[in-house]
Amino acid sequence: MFSFDKSSRALTGLGCGVLMATLAVFAHAEPAGHYGYGKPATENQIAGWDIDVRPDGMGLPEGSGSVDEGMSVFEAQCTSCHGAFGEGMGRFPKLAGGDGSLAQDRPEKTVGSFWPYASTLWDYIHRAMPFFAPQSLTDDEVYALTAYVLNLNYIVDSDFIANKETLPQVNMPNKDGFTWEDPRPLVSNERCMQDCRGEVEITDSAVGKNLTPSTTGPLDKGLTE
Amino acid sequence: MFGKLRRLNQNLSRTALEESERLPSNERRRFLRNGLFTAGSAMVGGALAGLSPRLGAAEVGYPPAIPPWTRSLGAGVVTDPYGVPSPFEKDVIRRTVPWLTAEQTSSISFSPLQHLKGIITPNGLFFERHHAGRPEVDPQQHRLMIHGLVDRPIILSMEDLQRFPSVSQINFIECPANGGMDWRGAQLNSLQFLHGMVSCAEWTGVRLSTLLQEVGIKPEGKWLLAEGADGAAMTRSIPMEKALDDVIVAYAQNGEALRREQGYPVRLVVPGWEGNTHVKWLRRLEVGDKPWMQREETSKYTDLMPDGTAHGFTWVMEAKSVITSPCPEMPLRGSGICQIEGIAWSGRGKVRAVDVSVDGGRNWTQAQLTEPVMSKSLTRFSLAWQWDGNPALLQSRVIDETGYVQPTLAQLKEARGTNSIYHKNAIQTWQVTPDGSVNNVQL
Repeated sequence: MFSFDKSSRALTGLGCGVLMATLAVFAHAEPAGHYGYGKPATENQIAGWDIDVRPDGMGLPEGSGSVDEGMSVFEAQCTSCHGAFGEGMGRFPKLAGGDGSLAQDRPEKTVGSFWPYASTLWDYIHRAMPFFAPQSLTDDEVYALTAYVLNLNYIVDSDFIANKETLPQVNMPNKDGFTWEDPRPLVSNERCMQDCRGEVEITDSAVGKNLTPSTTGPLDKGLTE
Repeated sequence: MFGKLRRLNQNLSRTALEESERLPSNERRRFLRNGLFTAGSAMVGGALAGLSPRLGAAEVGYPPAIPPWTRSLGAGVVTDPYGVPSPFEKDVIRRTVPWLTAEQTSSISFSPLQHLKGIITPNGLFFERHHAGRPEVDPQQHRLMIHGLVDRPIILSMEDLQRFPSVSQINFIECPANGGMDWRGAQLNSLQFLHGMVSCAEWTGVRLSTLLQEVGIKPEGKWLLAEGADGAAMTRSIPMEKALDDVIVAYAQNGEALRREQGYPVRLVVPGWEGNTHVKWLRRLEVGDKPWMQREETSKYTDLMPDGTAHGFTWVMEAKSVITSPCPEMPLRGSGICQIEGIAWSGRGKVRAVDVSVDGGRNWTQAQLTEPVMSKSLTRFSLAWQWDGNPALLQSRVIDETGYVQPTLAQLKEARGTNSIYHKNAIQTWQVTPDGSVNNVQL
C-alpha cells in the first residue's frame, strides 16, 4: 500500500490469519499483548525518549544549575532571539516582564506574568530550545537556564540553584490564575428567526487597512505590518 | 509533428511578446516570466491574466470555431505520474500572512476555502501549522513508543502499526487560533486568511483504544501524553476518557499516506478537538496519572479572560459556520439569483441546521444542508437568494445537535473580552456593496 510497507504481501497474509483466528472472541476485551505486534520497549529505550517533566517534578533528571551559569549559557545561546534580559527581539518571544498586565488592554504573557509552573520551563527549554538547535543542551545547562529565566522574572534570588528538588517548590506568581475545567459554553445565543434585532450598524471594516496579502497570483511575501 | 508544435509555440511566443508590450514593465516581467513559451502556458497566461481577447479568441476558439484541444492530441498517460491540478488553477494554493509570525518554521498557512467544494480538503491544500518546521521523517526509522502506566510497553514500526485493524472517519481539524486576528476588529479582508485554518479529510489508522488495550492500561492511568518527533517535540496531555473514545492514530489521509506537512508517517486525530492536540509525526504515547502541563497547554492554548485569569484545557472546537460564496475573494456577479454557500462544523457532534441572514441578523432563513452530514466533520449548506443589487449584510448561524447556537461576535466579546486569542467561533458578517464586491465587516 504505502512505500514504507516494503513487505506488504507477507504482512497481509499474516494479518489476515490473526484476524480470522480472533474473530470469535472479538467482542470481548482482549488482554495486553493480544495482537503481539511490535517489540517490548526496554528501560534503556524508554529512558532515551521519555523526556517529559511534570509540575510535581516527575521526570526531572539529576544535575543542577545556578543563575550565574544560566546567564553565560543564555548569552551564548538565547540572546539573539530573546534579548539580553529576556525582553524579546523583533517578533521573538519576551520571557520576562509584564507583571500585573493580564487584565489590561494589552497583556504581556511571559514566564513571570503568566506561566503557572516552573517545570514547564525546564521541560520546554530541554525539548525545543534553542529554536534552531533543539535538544542540544545538557541537563545542567537546562537547569542553569531555568534558574536564570526565573531570576530575570524576580521569582528566585540570584543564589538560587535549580535541581530536581528545588524546581517543584518554586512559587510561580500566576499559578492560581487558571481554570482547568472548560466552562464553555460561555454564551448562549437564541435561535430567533424574525425581527431579531433593531437597526444594524457597521462598527468596523477591513477595507482600506492594507493588512491583507494578495489571494491571487504568486505568494505575497513582501507584506509587512 | 514536433516541428509543427514548435512553430505554434514560436507564434504564440511572438503574440505573447506583443501582448506584453502593452503592460507596465513589472507586469510585463511577471507575464513573461510565467512561462509563455509553450502553447499551454501561453493560453494559461492569457486567460488567467485576462489580458488578451486577441490571444484568447484567436487560439481558443469559441463556437462555432473548434478549439485547438479538440483538433490535437493531448498529453499521454503518466505525463504526470502523480497528477497535479490544471495550470488554470494555479491561484488555488495555501497562502500565509507574513506579518503574523516571526518566521516561517513556527507559522501557519491557510487553506483556500473560497475555491473548495464539498467537504473534503485536497491533501495539497490542507492548512499547515508547524512549530519547528516540517521534518523529513524516514518511515523506516520512525517508531511509535507506548509506555508509562501500562502492562506491556511497546515500540511499533510503521509496518507493525498497519497490522492492527484499521478504521476510517471523516473529521475536520481546526486550529483554535482560526479567526483570532479579528478579535479586536475587522483586519483581514479575505475568507482564506480569516477562516482558512480549518480543513477536513478522511483519516485512516488504528483506534487509539485498540493500541491502549494492546499495552494494557493500569487502573491509575487517567491521562495520556502524546509527543511528536519534530524539532518542537510537540506535546499535549489528553484525558483517558477521550483517548479511549474516538481518537485515531492515523497514517492515511484521503486514501494515501499522510502528507509530510500533516505528520507523515503518523499523527494523532482527535475528533472535534483543537488542532494543536492532533500531534503530528507522533513518536510517543505515555500513560500517566496526571496531566503534564506542557508549554502548549499553559503558555499557549489557554484563553485569557477580561479579569486576567485564563481558561485551560479548552479542547473542544465549538460550533461554527461561514459563508464561502460570496466572500471577499468571490464577489457577486450581478443581481438575480445567487447561491449562498458555506460550511458549518461542530466539535460536539453533528450540524443540526444552518440559518442565513442577508440583513445583518435581523431576519433568518434556514438553509439546506448537503449530505453527508457527519459528526465532527465539515458540513456544506446552501440557500438561493434573489439579490436586488442593494447593499446587504450576509451571515450564517449554525445550530449543532446539542442545541448550541453559534453566537454573535458581540456576545462572545461581552463574555470573553478581546485577548483570549483562541476559539473565536462568532458569526461572520460579509458586507455586499451595490457593485457586488464583498467585505469583512463587524457589527
